[in-house]
Amino acid sequence: MSVPKDKITVEGLTGDAAIAHALKQADLDVLAAYPITPQTIIVEDYQRFAADGEVNAAVIPVESEHSAMSACVGASAVGGRVATASASAGLALMWEILYVAASMRMPIVFTVANRALSGPINIHNDHSDGMGMRDSGFIQLYCQSSQEAYDTTLMAFRLAEHHDVLLPVMVGIDGFIVSHNVERVEMLPDDVVEKFVGVRVPIQNLNPNTPLTLGPLALTDYYFEFKEQQSRAIMGVPKVYKEIEAEFEKITGRKYGLFETYKTEDADIIILAMSSMGGTAKVVADALRERGEKIGVIRLKMFRPFPAEEIAKAVGDAKAVAVFEKAMSFGGAAHPLAVEVRTALYEAKERPMVLDFVVGLGGRDVPPTTFVDGIEKTKEYLKAGKAPKYETLGVRK
Amino acid sequence: MAMDFAKGITEFRWHGRGGQGVVTSNQMLGKAALAEGNYIQAFPEFGPERTGAPVRAFLRISKEPIQVYAQVYNPDAVVCIDPTLLDVVNVCEGLKEEGTLVVNSSSEPQVIRDRFGFTGGKVVTVDASTIAMEVMGRPFYNMPTMAAAVKVTGVVAIETVIGEVLERYPGKVGDLNKVAIERAVQEAKVG
Repeated sequence: MSVPKDKITVEGLTGDAAIAHALKQADLDVLAAYPITPQTIIVEDYQRFAADGEVNAAVIPVESEHSAMSACVGASAVGGRVATASASAGLALMWEILYVAASMRMPIVFTVANRALSGPINIHNDHSDGMGMRDSGFIQLYCQSSQEAYDTTLMAFRLAEHHDVLLPVMVGIDGFIVSHNVERVEMLPDDVVEKFVGVRVPIQNLNPNTPLTLGPLALTDYYFEFKEQQSRAIMGVPKVYKEIEAEFEKITGRKYGLFETYKTEDADIIILAMSSMGGTAKVVADALRERGEKIGVIRLKMFRPFPAEEIAKAVGDAKAVAVFEKAMSFGGAAHPLAVEVRTALYEAKERPMVLDFVVGLGGRDVPPTTFVDGIEKTKEYLKAGKAPKYETLGVRK
Repeated sequence: MAMDFAKGITEFRWHGRGGQGVVTSNQMLGKAALAEGNYIQAFPEFGPERTGAPVRAFLRISKEPIQVYAQVYNPDAVVCIDPTLLDVVNVCEGLKEEGTLVVNSSSEPQVIRDRFGFTGGKVVTVDASTIAMEVMGRPFYNMPTMAAAVKVTGVVAIETVIGEVLERYPGKVGDLNKVAIERAVQEAKVG
């Protein structure tokens, strides 16, 4: 049943504030975090809710991000509903425990205002932090807007805690671009959220009355089996995500999919990008279509697991896919997103050209004209039948 | 033909200095537009966060959901809340030919036009510094400058803005801001 309009609260919220509201309504047991720009508002707002008695969660102001994620693992192990938030250097300091959280199959919702990594120190947006944790075993969902951040945070608890999943989930928004951008956000009534997210049902939890050992040593004997199970668990995520989102859509009328397609059906060139860039790309596609150019957009939301088959299907018989990404894998065969896309399309009958444009590092603005530049280059490369393996745009060379 | 990446969107760019309330007044105007049923984006340009350093903020207002996520390059309106910035920043950069330039200044609009060679649209001056000092006794000139922008662009009703201000600053601060806003609306010069 969709929620009547008069029950919806509409507010102007930053992406961070929208996430904080979602965390408030999700009825956490534990939030453990250490402040870092640009996710600071998430934890500040949540601390205020806690100080005002609006939430029941134990808020643990830890002394570092390593401890934040460790506290989350412990709290999740006893069966709690758990969240944290970080970015950039803070996320990097969690690195060891990210792997532990995923490997121990701990549902934790980890909201991230994606930010560049040092050095030089930079507080602005790119996806280096998210790509750095790429292989940790976390599910990764990248959001375009404050509304999507709110919605996805709520859905993330259902996904993480689902018994066919039991994995931590990263919910990413672009630092400053969305984290500090006041947008129109529709929020659900508390009782509707309460019903939607439910109460976590732990499958096995630490309890002094029935002692267990979780996450002990596994050497050559069983370690590999843990990884096998972890791999199977994450590959099952799209199916569960779609079920949860279908339920969410019934309530709100909103859905995002593993990725969003925009005018891709007849497109010659498809722009593929994540997060806020996906939005800008849609505006560019509209403007170029007015000039008669058949441009479409795939705005990828779920980066892990990567929906390779579905992406290949959505690309169809487009002549080229122009990937725009905000991270570098120095010395790689391509940068992280393009590596995935090229691999996904390797089996395609008519393999399209895949361009890899690296843009926006350290918060360099990515205006519509940057996409237009990339499209112009793509057309040249199509004509020439060859392209560089990657290219940076919007940088002094 | 230039491509339009902001169809149906009214775009603002603000200039001020760190600590003068650029971010707050930008958000306030955004929230007023939201209250009138619009979609908005209100975001600052975060540079080195130093008091006194030039800062910018951006606002988009639209009847439809806003998809573009980038800075504003061709604003419909520019609002400059610090007169000393006119020596430092080209506030007219990218301003649409038919756009509006709003400046906190005791000068006549024509003086500002001549200074920047801006012949299009509208130029609005308001002596927000004096209004703020006389009404509030403190240099809070962001709200009266915003009031002049609201008056001339008509992007929202001034009552809606006052409502947002009173909600955010209940009590004396809000009441004084209301007086300053109303005075700025009266005194703003359009030319």
